[in-house]
Amino acid sequence: MYKAKINVTLRKSILDPKGKATYQALRNLGLGEVQDVRIGKRIELDINSKSQSEARKVADEACRKLLANEVMEDYEIELERFENVTG
Amino acid sequence: MNKTIGVVVFPGSNCDHDAYHAFKHVMNVNTRFLWHKDRDLEGIDLLVIPGGFSYGDYLRSGAIARFSPIMQAVVNYAEEGRPVLGICNGFQILLEAGLLPGAMLHNEKLRFICKNAWIRVENDQSLFTRSLKQGEVYDIPVSHGEGNYFIDEDGLKELQDHDQILFRYSNRNGEITEEANFNGSVDAIAGICNRRGNVLGMMPHPERAVEKILGSDDGLKILESMLDGLAVS
Repeated sequence: MYKAKINVTLRKSILDPKGKATYQALRNLGLGEVQDVRIGKRIELDINSKSQSEARKVADEACRKLLANEVMEDYEIELERFENVTG
Repeated sequence: MNKTIGVVVFPGSNCDHDAYHAFKHVMNVNTRFLWHKDRDLEGIDLLVIPGGFSYGDYLRSGAIARFSPIMQAVVNYAEEGRPVLGICNGFQILLEAGLLPGAMLHNEKLRFICKNAWIRVENDQSLFTRSLKQGEVYDIPVSHGEGNYFIDEDGLKELQDHDQILFRYSNRNGEITEEANFNGSVDAIAGICNRRGNVLGMMPHPERAVEKILGSDDGLKILESMLDGLAVS
């Protein structure tokens, strides 16, 4: 089994209003060092595949077809192998 | 007129009855509901994908609805050149299904906005707007959190070059101002059609403005124009 940890974020070229509002709040908090905030979502998939490359293919298809909208979002996939203890 | 309107109902649709009421009771047109598990669109002359929060808007607005059983039939229906109208969440679903270009971002100022807005007719030659007049403004309710239409520069140019922008947000005088574009949409876009001209998506709700007692009946003019389009198509 593989766990795919997926981060979906708005494309860099697109204004992120949630990130902007949060950025302003962090500045108000006195954290002037913070220069930018981008907010996205994290999705985890457990994938029953024999190999990492196969699992990546599945995760990639899931992202392209549903989890991310590539008109406005980018995604990153991180894979980790694990033993399925519940069988 | 012997036409039949089909209104698709997803779990979470909430403007389905508004659309049904407008067409059936106010305009006296045959209208029936279609469940999201239906696959048969036989006998439907205009397909309406109504507003609401299909599947709770999980993931992204319209993203899950796009994979419901009826949507494959809707895609085929649209590809045959038959008319599809998506309102609000329906517009978001049509974008997710790839029947219209672009995507919806959260409103620029993040708030869910529910109010009456002015929209200006940009193209009165389309199937849907042929009885309207270019430059005229209509007072139509809007009600959305994710109505900030986004498309890249090339995509926008394509929309403009092919007269696919049917409605833009304006002020009462028909001027496109930053203030009138309350949700931050690219080019103040409120409604677009596909290149072929048979699929329309719009964020404002004409079906909620069909009786004076509800504040405005400007929506009726828009819906009537769509019926006029059906009569000649």
